[in-house]
Amino acid sequence: MSGLQIDNISMRFDLPNGSSVQALKDVSLDLKAGELLSVLGPSGCGKTTLLNIVAGFLAPTEGKIVLNGNTVHGPGAERGMVFQQGALFEWMSVRENVGFGPKMKGMAQGQKREIVDHLLDVVGLSDFKEKAVYELSGGMQQRVALARCLANEPDVILMDEPLGALDALTREKMQGLVLKLWKETGKTIILITHSVEEALLLGERLLVMAPRPGRIHKEYRLPFAEMGVDQDLRFVKKEPQFAEVREEILGMIWDMEEEIMGRKEGA
Amino acid sequence: MDIISQLSAELVAVLRTLFYALPYVFGYILLILAFSFIWQAVKRFVTPKHDYGSLKTVTFGDESAVTSNTVASVVSIVLIFVLWGAFTGSKILPSFMHAPGAFTGEGSFTYTVTTPDGQSDDATVTVVVYETGATVDAPEVDPGDGFAKNDSIALAAYRSGLLRVDENDEIGRDQDATITAINGVAIEPGGSVSTDFGRVELSGKGTPNVYPAKGVQMEPIWLPAPEAVWARLTEIATEGYRNSTLAEHLGFSLFRVIVGFILGAIVGIPLGYAMGLSNWFRGWFDPIVEFMRPVPPLALIPLVIIWAGIGEVGKIILLFLAALWIMAIAARSGVSGVRISKVHAAYSLGASKWQIMRYVIIPNSLPEIFTGARVAMGVCWGTVVAAELVAAEKGAGMMIMVASKFQSTDIVLMGIILIGVIGFTIDMLMRWAERWLVPWKGKG
Repeated sequence: MSGLQIDNISMRFDLPNGSSVQALKDVSLDLKAGELLSVLGPSGCGKTTLLNIVAGFLAPTEGKIVLNGNTVHGPGAERGMVFQQGALFEWMSVRENVGFGPKMKGMAQGQKREIVDHLLDVVGLSDFKEKAVYELSGGMQQRVALARCLANEPDVILMDEPLGALDALTREKMQGLVLKLWKETGKTIILITHSVEEALLLGERLLVMAPRPGRIHKEYRLPFAEMGVDQDLRFVKKEPQFAEVREEILGMIWDMEEEIMGRKEGA
Repeated sequence: MDIISQLSAELVAVLRTLFYALPYVFGYILLILAFSFIWQAVKRFVTPKHDYGSLKTVTFGDESAVTSNTVASVVSIVLIFVLWGAFTGSKILPSFMHAPGAFTGEGSFTYTVTTPDGQSDDATVTVVVYETGATVDAPEVDPGDGFAKNDSIALAAYRSGLLRVDENDEIGRDQDATITAINGVAIEPGGSVSTDFGRVELSGKGTPNVYPAKGVQMEPIWLPAPEAVWARLTEIATEGYRNSTLAEHLGFSLFRVIVGFILGAIVGIPLGYAMGLSNWFRGWFDPIVEFMRPVPPLALIPLVIIWAGIGEVGKIILLFLAALWIMAIAARSGVSGVRISKVHAAYSLGASKWQIMRYVIIPNSLPEIFTGARVAMGVCWGTVVAAELVAAEKGAGMMIMVASKFQSTDIVLMGIILIGVIGFTIDMLMRWAERWLVPWKGKG
């Protein structure tokens, strides 16, 4: 059985004051190998919790994660993670950062070097191999993070708002790069984002989650990621269907946000 | 209530001292401003500079526009030496820059003795004031005529002396003759007359008290001239002090600091790591560390002396304790300061716990540990000097403590300057090592 199964996951956090929060309730999802899934939702809907459970940083209170037939019991190299920022190792050069995964496996120097050189070429950082990561711009740092993740040949790539801290132009370029890498490597990718546009562009499948308790609200299957692979993303955004779905989802999220606010004011 | 009145009396004394110091403080500030204006003028004349800074119209409150002016630093240091030299009559300054010094050389005054039956006679007193350190006897003087005979007195600079002028007079105090005038100016017991060398007072019993002028320079016993301190430095560097050379004194102090610090780091860093990585260790050591941290190491000196004596072991235990808590706390905060996303990233890249320790936690904690090491070295250096002040056979602190008991102010000053220079050098070396070894500090 290949692919990633999210099987009836529930997550409850017990707070120090005795109460508890239901972060996720009965979330199930079946992801085939090579699928690109984006997850969208208002803050507090459990997106990041879900990703942390898939990554193995958190154990769910109920349910299980199954990857290629194996139940997940903790973090592992077959599930690579790209964080928003600040997860690079600033005491290592760009080359050492990208080569971290192979080094942990004990890969031979020459082979490691080959992988690192190739990936830095793919993300366009060949000229920055020996730089310290803190000398790079935010967009370049995220490209290093992507290359570092890919160097480990994971089956699934988990992205937690990887482009959230970038400026609009850099962000658009990086979206193109993510699509390119997805197509070239054929990896399964789960991408969490706050931006509806990004979710539409980078989601073959799109999951809208609702808060309190965190659950799947609606799922879409979209053509835009496929289109974006060989078209300019700006043309994709001009598609009539793109605007339509965007408005629909925005309306949905606004309703949820208003509900949260209303509840808070009522309480 | 008693303590309040005592404290308020102390406070009044402190405020009074401050009040007397105010004119000097203002004078110093005026000097700073004067040099500033001079430098501005010179700079405008020499280099009409147009850089980014000169284009700013708003510089007040702009932190980035304020950098340390090297010229000001140089002038400031030179001025300290100039003031030091001027008020000690230093030979490194031309004499016109000296503050008025104490009178030395020869002076004289005449006194007039009047007997109860109305006779009076004048006599001259020769006053010789010699430099401190020399020994000069009072010169022989011709007694002169009349019943009052001439006298002489020799005094060291800054000293005064009572002179029983009537001892060689034919009619003296025992016959109720009294001094009625000095240099022709009428005087009563308790009065005072200015003379060319200073002033002459008449004591309550009518004996002249000779006060040569002291000027405004400092006596060498309070503040020796810079060259005297330098001479003492070269002397001690070559001949040693108290059976040890200068290098030995300083070397012993440094040796104690380095050994104590290294031992403290060897124990403190793993302790901090254990506290940062394990709840149990944190719970176990938190009360101990948090209690020991605010105890000044100096307060431990008596206990360490009781337990370990005044030898090297006691000193090193003290410095070990001074460094231990600082290093433990630095290592602890270095470990707990690691961003969880870095650890998560390493886990999802396939790192084991040991690899995370080796490649993430340790490098991530190094900047904090270096900061701690800098603080610890500073504290250790201060503590070793203080410990040597209390009891030691060798060391920088012991040197100045012994010197102070013999009022050898030059050695005390020399020691303070050397202690400062070494402390500063240690800090610079630590900063340099930090830049070299942990260039990623503050970049995460």
